[in-house]
Amino acid sequence: MNQSLIESTHIRPDASSEWPDRIHAILKRNGVSQVGYVPDNGHARLISLCQADNDIIDVVMTNEAEGAGLVLGATLGGKRAALLIQSSGVGNCINMFSILQSCGIPCVIVVTMRGEYDDFNPWQVMMGQMTEATLKMCGFMTYRVDAAADVEDMVSSACTMAYGGNLQVAVLLSQRLIKKSGGR
Amino acid sequence: MLDRREFVARLLRDRGDLLVVAGLGTPTFDVTACGDDPLNFYIWSGMGCTAMVGLGLALARPDRRVAVITGDGDMLMGLGSLATVGVKQPKNLAIVVLDNGHYAATGMQASHTSSGIDLAGTAKSCCFQQVVAVSSIDAADDVRKLLHTGQGPIFVHARVKADEQPRVIPSRDGHAIKYRFIEASKALGVAS
Repeated sequence: MNQSLIESTHIRPDASSEWPDRIHAILKRNGVSQVGYVPDNGHARLISLCQADNDIIDVVMTNEAEGAGLVLGATLGGKRAALLIQSSGVGNCINMFSILQSCGIPCVIVVTMRGEYDDFNPWQVMMGQMTEATLKMCGFMTYRVDAAADVEDMVSSACTMAYGGNLQVAVLLSQRLIKKSGGR
Repeated sequence: MLDRREFVARLLRDRGDLLVVAGLGTPTFDVTACGDDPLNFYIWSGMGCTAMVGLGLALARPDRRVAVITGDGDMLMGLGSLATVGVKQPKNLAIVVLDNGHYAATGMQASHTSSGIDLAGTAKSCCFQQVVAVSSIDAADDVRKLLHTGQGPIFVHARVKADEQPRVIPSRDGHAIKYRFIEASKALGVAS
């Protein structure tokens, strides 16, 4: 396999990119105490921040579909939870999202997009292209973020809407934004 | 083999402030048959999610005991969540699987456990602290004690008869049972 292709799939977001830090701060400010995730290079820095935070319980999952159950359980226990996943994982969740809508469970999902901009793997395109529509069909409000300057505002708004109104809100971080931050 | 209704009734006797999450289908009816309770949460969709709901709740309320009561079909669909629970090691969580080897809700088709797939072995592989296999009602009191005082994560594999049981149906209003559960569990206060 072409060595440059191998390397290009394993680049981590630049340590100097601050938006993961801002998302982490917003989640904390909103009292989020459980964060479920599936390992992802676009979310690598944010995941590390959550792991290092004593006020946040980080839960590594085998499949994004586990996330809806985690969020429901946290809510029953009086806590707020958020999920960090990749766009391909949204497809894994469809049936599980029914438990969130059926019970009015507040949920913020931060989704790193694939299959939409300069993605070397064409097999990612199908799910990437249907991610936002899928989330909408599953009852989520969706915010798409293309510029680093908008991350804070959008994630903050998502938290206000979700935790204040028992809604399900997804923030989609575009693949271009992640790439420009040094990600895949 | 166990009578599932009798076994669940013995587990939930004098349950006190035990938080119970009941899995989709027959386990929800089994739990309801013991009497509806504000500290019960019933799952009505999202097959495979029950163990994760228990994990989220156990992590949110480390001061309380949480029991997931579910079936083999739900557990098989959420096998990965056993690994996720194993990573987090919640001391206050027990998962009880009522394994009849069949999908009772859809017409009693055989499940994987009827072919020898071993859920207790899976829980052991996933680093559960205690894994108990039960096939006699004589063990019910010990299992009940385990739910209240054992160090988790605990996995109880209960072999139950594959027979049809009358459906005892609780509320299907997800919003109502959510608020009821949240209020009742909040009212317990935080134990030190």
